[in-house]
Amino acid sequence: MMPELGKYAATVLSAYGVSVVLLLLLVGASIWRAKQVRGQLEQIEQRMKQDG
Amino acid sequence: MNQRPEQKRPAVNSVWEYANPRRFIATSDRLMPWIWGGAIACLVIGLIWGFFFTPDDYRQGSTVKIIYLHVPSALMAINAWFMMLVTSLIWIIRRHHVSALAARAAAPVGLVMTLIALLTGAIWGQPMWGTWWAWDPRLTSFLILFLFYLGYIALWSAIENDDTAADLTSILCLVGSVFAILSRYAVNFWNQGLHQGASLSLDKEENVADVFYHPLLFSIAGFVLLFLGLVLLRTQTEIRARRMRALLARERLQ
Repeated sequence: MMPELGKYAATVLSAYGVSVVLLLLLVGASIWRAKQVRGQLEQIEQRMKQDG
Repeated sequence: MNQRPEQKRPAVNSVWEYANPRRFIATSDRLMPWIWGGAIACLVIGLIWGFFFTPDDYRQGSTVKIIYLHVPSALMAINAWFMMLVTSLIWIIRRHHVSALAARAAAPVGLVMTLIALLTGAIWGQPMWGTWWAWDPRLTSFLILFLFYLGYIALWSAIENDDTAADLTSILCLVGSVFAILSRYAVNFWNQGLHQGASLSLDKEENVADVFYHPLLFSIAGFVLLFLGLVLLRTQTEIRARRMRALLARERLQ
């Protein structure tokens, strides 16, 4: 299944590895922060509603 | 009784309605599943097709497979800055907060795209040019663009007042646009350096061969949709974070 990359195998695989890791970190961090901020805002809005 | 026929609102007005944060969040919530689905599908097709089912280049061997990451990320690194330029200009001229927040949301995405372009370029350059780095016009202007992204993000974080931060970062974005243009056209301006000309061209002779071009188009579409999805998600987050800061400030005053 793996294509024959020859003497450039390490070059090609490291380029893909670095890119995939960076993209996953970016997507993960964006989703994590979105959830965190959403939760914090809901808490504050609820608290303010209770306090009138 | 004569009733005035209902007039259609001009299209330009309807664009500005998305400057309303609630409207923006509602619309982007509807769009995001399609954009994320499209991004994943295009990336999977483009990268699997490119990595597994394309031949080696007669000169560059299997390193040509790096094109499916390097070209789309470089393209997005430049275009992300232009998107930030447009939204910054909208902020300066029309003072729409969503616009400024969209620019802020796009910056880390652009930064990562620039970093991927620089790293994959260095990894690709090592066996082809015999060096990881050269002070070539395109590489240097890309490095400066990367530094502008860092400065832009740092400036947003350093200023507490959101409106002042949006003003100053918008000016920085205008200045940085010179380097975004240079990153794209440096090869044409200075006929020197190691970096080749554009891989994509409307001229069939200059354009990359079809066997590499078709999966590359999928990969580019995937990167564009990923950028869009991330910017919408991150803009929603920035809108909520801004509201949170405003509520906390109001709470402190009471």
